[in-house]
Amino acid sequence: MTEQRRGAAIDIVALRKEYVSGAGNVVALDDVDLRVAPGEFVCIVGPSGCGKSTLLRILAGLDHQTGGSINVEAGGWAVENAMVFQDSGLFPWMTVEANVRFGLMTRGVPEAEAAERVDAALKLVGLTRFRNHYPHQLSGGMRQRGAIARAFVTNPGMLLMDEPFAALDAQNRAILQSELVRLWEQTGKTVIYVTHSIEEALLLGDRTVVMTAQPGRIKRIIDTPFPHPRDLITLSASPEFGRMKLDIWRVLEDEVQRARAEMEA
Amino acid sequence: MTKLSAKARERLLYLISPIGLLLLWQILLMLGFGDRRFIPAPTDIAVKFWALTVNGELAEHVGVTLYRVFAGFLAGTIPAVAMGLLMAMFKPVRIFFDPLIAALFPIPKVALMPLLLLAFGFGDASKIALVAIAVFFPVIVNTYVGAANIEKIYWDVAKNYGASQTVLFTRVVFFGALPMIFAGLRIAMAVSFIVLVAAEFVASKNGIGYLIWNSWELLQVDTMFVGIVAVGILGLITSVLMQEVERLAIPWKADV
Repeated sequence: MTEQRRGAAIDIVALRKEYVSGAGNVVALDDVDLRVAPGEFVCIVGPSGCGKSTLLRILAGLDHQTGGSINVEAGGWAVENAMVFQDSGLFPWMTVEANVRFGLMTRGVPEAEAAERVDAALKLVGLTRFRNHYPHQLSGGMRQRGAIARAFVTNPGMLLMDEPFAALDAQNRAILQSELVRLWEQTGKTVIYVTHSIEEALLLGDRTVVMTAQPGRIKRIIDTPFPHPRDLITLSASPEFGRMKLDIWRVLEDEVQRARAEMEA
Repeated sequence: MTKLSAKARERLLYLISPIGLLLLWQILLMLGFGDRRFIPAPTDIAVKFWALTVNGELAEHVGVTLYRVFAGFLAGTIPAVAMGLLMAMFKPVRIFFDPLIAALFPIPKVALMPLLLLAFGFGDASKIALVAIAVFFPVIVNTYVGAANIEKIYWDVAKNYGASQTVLFTRVVFFGALPMIFAGLRIAMAVSFIVLVAAEFVASKNGIGYLIWNSWELLQVDTMFVGIVAVGILGLITSVLMQEVERLAIPWKADV
């Protein structure tokens, strides 16, 4: 992982996603335009049901759009993307090591090379000592580290993260956020990070995309130009951080209220 | 301390019912209730059990029965697991097999014995086929249910990380369904003894079922009971073995 190449570039144009449901069509995403530069860390926030996870799933190839286009320029990267889910998604029947190796095994990476890359990835997230453990023997935080190692080891052009730390306690979340930022600074990968926490979006991202409630549209894109390398603890205590948090909350507040009103209607 | 004694009491309670029943049975017969020629006492059965064990007769029948159970068990469960997984992975396969299973599952499998005798003759093959057919259904249904209930996230992970259909089948769906597969195998093991002993009553010249039926015809009631006890012991041993295999095969559930 010594490469300093930048991650994939993403160009999303007029993306639309409709679901056919019993009560008629539900528009999950409408007219989403987003350009992501190579190596950028973009966070997406929005109220529940704004389609932010749907957007990520489409990028991950787990779902298909009903309109618009996505163009990913992942030239030279072994794998276009790797996803990290909220609930680690480590296979309970595989050891940590086998889980991390999974994305290499599926792609037929030679044994010796795979072993080396798995070792490096486990070291990167500090799980070397636990390589032969099964996921249920690990804490939630350690499972998420395993999931991150599984993503990084495939050397993807972009990382897609769907609220990866939402289920963790505050301390573990803070530690893993710092480590993620460190890994990102080291590897220069493009990261799309979905979260419901404004604070997390501000701490981690270069830009924060605020989405509207159903149908999911991009309401505003806000630059979060805090310098790198970031010290997340210091940053979160700075007055500028507080101000931006408030600004984004103002943008988001209407949407949250609207989403709630619609749910109650 | 109190916890330990509670556990000990539970164990005692666990043993009291079978031992108490045997004691009651023995005492009633010794007191002259019932005719020991038709209802042998537990000690009579034990003596006969020993005699048949020493002269090798019991071992011969047990060997034949075990061979048929295991051959039929393997012949039935392996395709059942494979097809159950395929049903979960591919909707057309599921749609194709669903009505067949629904129609064939409730048929008492022993009812097929004459047909199987016609097809496979009087030897081992017809009994093995019967066991295979009988174990097939509980295992295919359990496997399918187990695989179909694998959490969606694991399918997503497999897809996102580039799993081919083969990898999905062998590394994800199979293992995800394994706990339910074992539940099916335990049922199948019991079912295989049930149908086999019944088949051996009428369609065999050896095996424990034959031993039981033959001793009924000769009115050797003690030998009949030896056969019944033998089936019970075999059932117990195979079930314990199965649990052990399950523990080894599902290490990720080991300390749950």
